[in-house]
Amino acid sequence: MQACAPTPPPATPSRRHARREDRLMLALAAPAALVVLLLLVLPMAWLFAQSFYDGGFTLQHYRRIFTERIYFDTFALTFRISVATTLLALLLGYPVAYAAARLPQRWRLVVLGLVLVPFWTSVLVRAYAWLILLQRTGVVNKGLQAAGLIDSPLPLVHNELGTMIGTLHILLPFMILPLYATMQKIPHDLLMAGSSLGGSPAHVFRRVFLPLSLPGIVAGCTMVFVLCLGFYITPELLGGGKTIMVSMVVSRNVELYNQWGAASAVSVVLLACVFAIFALIGRFLPLERVVAPR
Amino acid sequence: MTNRSALSRLAYLALVLLVLLFLAVPILIIVPMSFSDSRFLAFPPPGYSLRWYEAFFGNADWLDAARTSLTVALLATLLATPAGFMAAYAMHHSRLRAMKWLRTMLLLPLMVPIIIVAIGVFFVYARIGLVATLPGLVVAHAMLGLPYVVIAVSAGLAGFDATQEMVARSLGMNRLRSVLTVTLPQIRPSVVSGAVFAFISSLDETIVSLFIAGGDNQTLTKRMFTTLRDEIDPTIAAISVMLTATSFLLVLVVIGLQRKKA
Repeated sequence: MQACAPTPPPATPSRRHARREDRLMLALAAPAALVVLLLLVLPMAWLFAQSFYDGGFTLQHYRRIFTERIYFDTFALTFRISVATTLLALLLGYPVAYAAARLPQRWRLVVLGLVLVPFWTSVLVRAYAWLILLQRTGVVNKGLQAAGLIDSPLPLVHNELGTMIGTLHILLPFMILPLYATMQKIPHDLLMAGSSLGGSPAHVFRRVFLPLSLPGIVAGCTMVFVLCLGFYITPELLGGGKTIMVSMVVSRNVELYNQWGAASAVSVVLLACVFAIFALIGRFLPLERVVAPR
Repeated sequence: MTNRSALSRLAYLALVLLVLLFLAVPILIIVPMSFSDSRFLAFPPPGYSLRWYEAFFGNADWLDAARTSLTVALLATLLATPAGFMAAYAMHHSRLRAMKWLRTMLLLPLMVPIIIVAIGVFFVYARIGLVATLPGLVVAHAMLGLPYVVIAVSAGLAGFDATQEMVARSLGMNRLRSVLTVTLPQIRPSVVSGAVFAFISSLDETIVSLFIAGGDNQTLTKRMFTTLRDEIDPTIAAISVMLTATSFLLVLVVIGLQRKKA
C-alpha cells in the first residue's frame, strides 16, 4: 500500500496533498482489510482452486456432487428447508412487524423487545430450549397428552420437523427487523390519503402499504434464505443425525474424512448460490441494509 | 365497527400474540429449568435449587472455558473496534474507487456461510500453527466482529457534521487529535454499540470455535455444543441463563445510549 514510485512526477501542492490523503486513508483501512483478506478471501480462493484439484486438474469433485445421491439429497433438503422457512417467516413475521410499526410507542417497545431477546440469544441456547420443549417427555408432548389430544408422544424433534421449528425460531427476527425498519418509514399520511380517496382498508393496504414495504420484504427474505442455506448448529442438534444439510456435509468431509476436495466443491457450490443471491439483490438494495437490519 | 371487522382484528391480534409467544417462550422456559433440583427435564420442575449453578461454578473445565470465552471476546472487541473505526473513517472520507470494494469486503464475514469461514480459518491456522491458540481465536473473532463495528460507525459518521473536524484542524489541531477529541466523542454511541455487538457475537460464536478452539483453549460454546450433542445436561440451562443475561444487559446498554442520543 505504501509502494509508490520512488520519484513522483512533479505535482502541484494540492495534488500532492490529495495523494498523501489517499495514502493515509488506505493505511487506515489496511488492518481491517488485511484480516479479512488473509482469513476469509484467501482461504475462499484456495477452496476454489482445491475444488478442481486432485493431483492435477479434475472435475471429479463436482461430478460427484451431481451424480451421487447423498449430495443431491442434501442440496435438495437444504433448499426445501430454506424455502419453507423463508415463506413461513414472511407469513408469520409480516403481521408482527406491521403491529410493531402501527402500535402506540409503549406497546411497540414490548413487541420489539420480544423480538430482540431471542435475536441476541445464542443459537445454542435456543437449540437447547427446543430440545426441552419438544422431546418425547418434553413440555409440548406432556401438555398435549394431559389435554387428551394425543395418546402417545409425537416425534417433534430429532427429525426434519424439529430442525424446521428451531430454524424458524432463529430466523424469524431476521425477517421481522428489516420489515419493521421499512414499515416504520412509511408515512401515515399516505394511508390516510388513500382512504380519504375512498379506498377500503384492504385496498389501501394492498395498493399503498404493501408495495412500500417491498424493500423490507426483499431484505428479510434474502437474509433468512441465505442464512438458512448455511445453517449448521440447529440441524446438527435438532435433526437427529438424519437431517443432513449442506454445512454438515462440508464439516464432515473436513473433520471426519479429511476430504478437502469434496468439502471444497460443496463449499464452492454453496458460495456460488449465496453470492448469486447477494449480487442480484445488491442491484436493488444496498447490501448493508440486507445484512444488518438493526 | 362491524362484527366481521372486529372479528378479523381479533384474529390478527391473536396471530401476533402467538408468534411473539413462539419467540419468547423457549427463552423464558430455560430460567425455571436452570433452577430445577431434578436431573430430568420435567416442567414445571419438581423443586427448585441452585444445583446446576453449583455444578457450573464447581467444575474447573466449565470455568476455564468461560474464562477463555470472555478473554477472547474482550480481546477480539479491543482489536475489532479500532480497526473497524479506522476503516469506516477511511471509507467515509476517501473517494478512492478501492473503498467501494473494501465496503463489500468488510461485510463478507456476515455474508459467507459461517461453516465456510470456519474451514477457511482452520485451513490457514493449520499451516501457521494457530489452531487451539488464544491469539488464533482472538483474531478470527475480531474478523467476525468487524462488520458490526464498521456498520455502526459508518452510520454514526453519516449523521455527523464533518466540518466540525475541519474547523478543529484549521485552528491548528492535528488530525489524530481532532478525530479523538471532536469526532469520536460525538459518535461514541455508535462506536459503543458496534463494540458491544462485536463482543456478543464473539461470546456466542460456536462454529469457527468448533474448528479452531481446543486443548487449553476451549470456548464455552464449543463445550456446550459437544455436551449437547451427547446428552441434555441441565448445567447447560444454568449457563444459558447467564449467557443470555449477559447479552441482554449489554443490549440494554446500547439501547440506553441510543435513546440518550435521540
